[in-house]
Amino acid sequence: MKKIPCIAAVLCFAWTMPAAAGDTYCEWTADNLAINEPLCGLAGDPARGRVLAYERKKGNCLACHTMPIPEEQFHGNIGPNLAGVGSRYSAGQLRLRLVDMKLINPMTLMPGFYKNPQDLHRVMANFQGKTPLSAQEIEDVVVYLETLK
Amino acid sequence: MNGGNMKTRIRQSVVVMTCASLLALPVWSNADPKSGYEYLQQDSKDMQDDDFMNPGMAAVEAGAALFAKPGKNGKSCASCHGDSGEKMDPASIAKYPVFDKKLGKPVTLQQRIHMCSTGQLGNAPMEYDSKHALELEAFVRNLARGEKVNVQTGGDMKPYWEKGKQIYHTRAGQLDMSCNLCHDNYPGMKIRANTLSQGQSNGYPAYRLKNGKINGLHSRFNGCFKQFRAEKLPPGNDDYVALEVYVNSRGNGLIIETPGIRF
Repeated sequence: MKKIPCIAAVLCFAWTMPAAAGDTYCEWTADNLAINEPLCGLAGDPARGRVLAYERKKGNCLACHTMPIPEEQFHGNIGPNLAGVGSRYSAGQLRLRLVDMKLINPMTLMPGFYKNPQDLHRVMANFQGKTPLSAQEIEDVVVYLETLK
Repeated sequence: MNGGNMKTRIRQSVVVMTCASLLALPVWSNADPKSGYEYLQQDSKDMQDDDFMNPGMAAVEAGAALFAKPGKNGKSCASCHGDSGEKMDPASIAKYPVFDKKLGKPVTLQQRIHMCSTGQLGNAPMEYDSKHALELEAFVRNLARGEKVNVQTGGDMKPYWEKGKQIYHTRAGQLDMSCNLCHDNYPGMKIRANTLSQGQSNGYPAYRLKNGKINGLHSRFNGCFKQFRAEKLPPGNDDYVALEVYVNSRGNGLIIETPGIRF
């Protein structure tokens, strides 16, 4: 059973997403464990990204990660602490982790925040065909995480 | 070095990293089940331990009244099972869900109650996990409080147990999660202010502090699926019966606590 995710990771690696997965879904390419090009060529805003990181209906990164956001209580501790994450990873490496962490660790609990919605199973009606975060929101969070040096 | 070689190397390193990360996961072992009670704060434990403080006991008492109430044809549950249900064997209650030979599939304790209510008492059907159905289930399972959960997983139950196990391990919803990712890998860890438990069912039907009422297990499944942003299924459906078989069996050996206090 443990072999299957390993094979899946190989197949997924350096995988170009299909272009036409709905009007708003942008194509992206993972290469060398990173997505180096910004999604849809958009530029992020770190201030918006910081808000997205704690908003419960958006990124809600705090659910699982402890973060340098002292005004919010109750940070989770399932994932790694994100303090200093901008020193550890490049923007492209952060982007791939946000888009679909399962391409790096198939057993991760972390949702794919920009995974192709066509690859999901039993999605609640009002979330069908949508990604948890938009391409713009992913870019906002990427540039915010880059500030965590 | 050409691009092809480079890609092959990177792919190999991905395989190595992936396999290494699988080995590093703190996977919960089936041999060590832990009740949701263990993850409660002391004041919630105290609430569960004292029948006069445990708000779930109100549902048990309401269930006792329904148990004694005559149905359409004049019979009540008590007519067959004794005034306080004393003719039912607690060890048998602890085995649910059990395989029903007539139906050719497993039935949950609540389904058995529904079958008695419509078949023996002539009552109109109740909805699964509706208030009265849960009160009756809480009353009956409370009779087995202190018994060890003892769900059969082999023989006729095997395919249903396997199906439940598969559902437990299948990612669903927009957030692409499955039960095992939280409840096998991270019990004791925090999601915001909540402590993850092993997701054991030995306190169910349970009084949840979150909504202040008695909760059925299938409705609780739906609570998690809603968190994944996955479609909910109607309580009592075959998939949830199979999931109950698997989830209850994960807790084989745990003591039944109904009505448990849970968050």
